[in-house]
Amino acid sequence: MPIASKEVVIRNKLGLHARPAMQFVDLANRFSSKVRVLARGENPVEADGKSVMQMITLAAVEGTPMRIEADGADADAAVTELAALIDAKFGED
Amino acid sequence: MKFSEFIVRDAIVSALAADERDSVIRELVQALAAQGAVPRALVEEIVRAVIDREKNGSTGFGKGVAVPHVKHARIKKMVGTIGRSVGGIDFNALDHQPVYSVVLLLSPDNQPKQHLEAMNVVFSHLQRDTFRRFLRQAATPQAIGDLLDEADQGK
Repeated sequence: MPIASKEVVIRNKLGLHARPAMQFVDLANRFSSKVRVLARGENPVEADGKSVMQMITLAAVEGTPMRIEADGADADAAVTELAALIDAKFGED
Repeated sequence: MKFSEFIVRDAIVSALAADERDSVIRELVQALAAQGAVPRALVEEIVRAVIDREKNGSTGFGKGVAVPHVKHARIKKMVGTIGRSVGGIDFNALDHQPVYSVVLLLSPDNQPKQHLEAMNVVFSHLQRDTFRRFLRQAATPQAIGDLLDEADQGK
């Protein structure tokens, strides 16, 4: 199975709060690949990209570097689209 | 961040009288107001804001828990409380199951980091099966408070 990954940085002012976390998980669930997210803030943590609760526990503030990893048939498309969602600041400021 | 930094102990409701989402939110905001943690004059405005946020996407993330919350300009200090429902509440949860434990969090609108840290504490513990089970079983505000203390102490 293909594995893909992409480095991104949280850009919206409010960080990865509940609504963006849900947007991320909704998008991640459209892919069959497993999705894992690593937040490389003060305390590096990882989350299942398909779990809202785990994504919220990343507590990723603006400026947090993240690594999105996908493992599965659509891994490339998954990391590309998920990174684009973060780059687009989840539609926020 | 610890629960003790934002959960108002005396506003914990161990047996919610309300049994539907909007009235549960009102009951919890009123419990905070009764302890002086939210100005009484603000109650309806905050209740509306929390409900509006909820309509935007349910905070019933599954497994019988919901975390309604809002960032609001007129909240000066982050506060929260916990409500327990014996019969379960329809919170329009993602897994379509009733909600038994509700954590309400009210944050100032200009401190995103603090808000994320509080959500981190709440969800780190809510993800644990044993914490959810004990929270659902805790029959008094004291028992819920003790559970939060233990969580804060890393037990």
